[in-house]
Amino acid sequence: MSYQAHFKVWRGDAEGGGLRDFTVEVNEGEVVLDIIHRLQATQAPDLAVRWNCKAGKCGSCSAEINGRPRLLCMTRMSVFEESETITVTPMRAFPVMRDLVTDVSFNYAKAREIPAFVPPAELGPGEYRMAQQDVERSQEFRKCIECFLCQDTCHVVRDFEENKAAFAGPRFLMRVAELDMHPLDAADEAGIDRKRTAQEEHGLGYCNITKCCTEVCPEGIRITDNALIPLKERAVDRKYDPLVWLGNKIRRRGQ
Amino acid sequence: MHGTLRAAIPERHLRTDRWWLPPAATAAGLLAFVVYSTWRAFSNADYYDAPYVSPFYSPCLAENCEPMRDGPNWALVGTWWGLSPAILILILPLGFRLTCYYYRKAYYRGFWASPPACAVPEPRQKYTGETRFPLIMQNIHRYFFYAAMLVASILTYDTVLAFRDEHYEWGHMGLGTVVFLANAVLLWMYTLSCHSCRHIVGGRLKHFSKHPVRYKLWGWVGKLNARHAKLAWYSLISVALADLYVYLLAIGAFDDPTIF
Repeated sequence: MSYQAHFKVWRGDAEGGGLRDFTVEVNEGEVVLDIIHRLQATQAPDLAVRWNCKAGKCGSCSAEINGRPRLLCMTRMSVFEESETITVTPMRAFPVMRDLVTDVSFNYAKAREIPAFVPPAELGPGEYRMAQQDVERSQEFRKCIECFLCQDTCHVVRDFEENKAAFAGPRFLMRVAELDMHPLDAADEAGIDRKRTAQEEHGLGYCNITKCCTEVCPEGIRITDNALIPLKERAVDRKYDPLVWLGNKIRRRGQ
Repeated sequence: MHGTLRAAIPERHLRTDRWWLPPAATAAGLLAFVVYSTWRAFSNADYYDAPYVSPFYSPCLAENCEPMRDGPNWALVGTWWGLSPAILILILPLGFRLTCYYYRKAYYRGFWASPPACAVPEPRQKYTGETRFPLIMQNIHRYFFYAAMLVASILTYDTVLAFRDEHYEWGHMGLGTVVFLANAVLLWMYTLSCHSCRHIVGGRLKHFSKHPVRYKLWGWVGKLNARHAKLAWYSLISVALADLYVYLLAIGAFDDPTIF
């Protein structure tokens, strides 16, 4: 079953641009990325779109469909009415390069600000042993495909460009949580306090846990409940809970 | 709002679904509870009909409370308190819910439009989130959690007392007992599903394998925690219904149907 769908696709670059109208054929079983490719093949050969795996695993084709941050390759056409106009725009939170392609280097800069895993001094390569229950929390976060839809939808940077300097965004706060929960991470011994720096250097306090990152995550990672809120609680342990502080002083141990 | 290099899209958002409905419904629901509970908390009347005491007035911490035989009459603040005794105790569950991670999402979206919905912009020029006073105070949530445990324990005690009849004879069960039982169970489930509780019982550990009991508890709380939002609403409604039930009995709207 084929039909003609009405699309509005943003075309332009950093100098300016706007929504352009297209009428294009849609076939049963297709996703939005298929339609964008058909537009390239038939009507707009210079339409820029970043894509790779077409299977929701590479995180390349992030864009906004009818105003919602989504992967083009994981959005089925069958979720729309045939009469509906489908609007496709680039991610709003990042600088546009051309058409649907944005410059996501903000995320790479933020990634570099997170201190890497600190190897334990007493263990050499091949000697790491970890119990499954100790790593399963972090494993959920390792499913991240770095599509940056969570970074795009987070209102802290989406609506307030000036917050980008101070806020790492959900993806990289999740990275801090992942490392802080890592059973072999020796950051404490290296003088890195991930709990404290999450708040003081990576802007954890900006997060007001409104869960948009979780809503848009194509991997279904419970970013807010399993990473950001636990990280907030860990920051409370360090900074706002005198009982925990006192307990740690008395017992002279961390966690 | 936008940097100069972002795509030039004049529309504030392009969502075509009814994105405004969930925050509007949330705001309406919370507002209804606030109006009802404010009226009941300040009314200082019709909160006891033996053997039931309204959860809004339990424990009753002032001298000006109605005498409740074996009930939660603990006049800790003495005789000087002249306002409704409900205000004294409601601060604790109010603080617990105000700083709750679910309710924060609900009212930030519903009342503050921060953001109203995902990918719908905020109507303000500046945003500092929970980085400074007063919102940085949200970090004391775990202390309200401890207090909420205490309140839930007292309401459980009230539920036990509800197995008496109006003459304080044990072995009774009325519709009110069922209402109190449901309310106590939902309050406990909501309290124990709290994110701070999840952190305290095991989330703060780095090595679950060294703490098998806490790991087990963390798993159970985690299962409840996944339903935290639903439990927040169910328990909010149940506590209001339990109060309404006592109010209706107290004004004589009907007699408590007896089960045994």
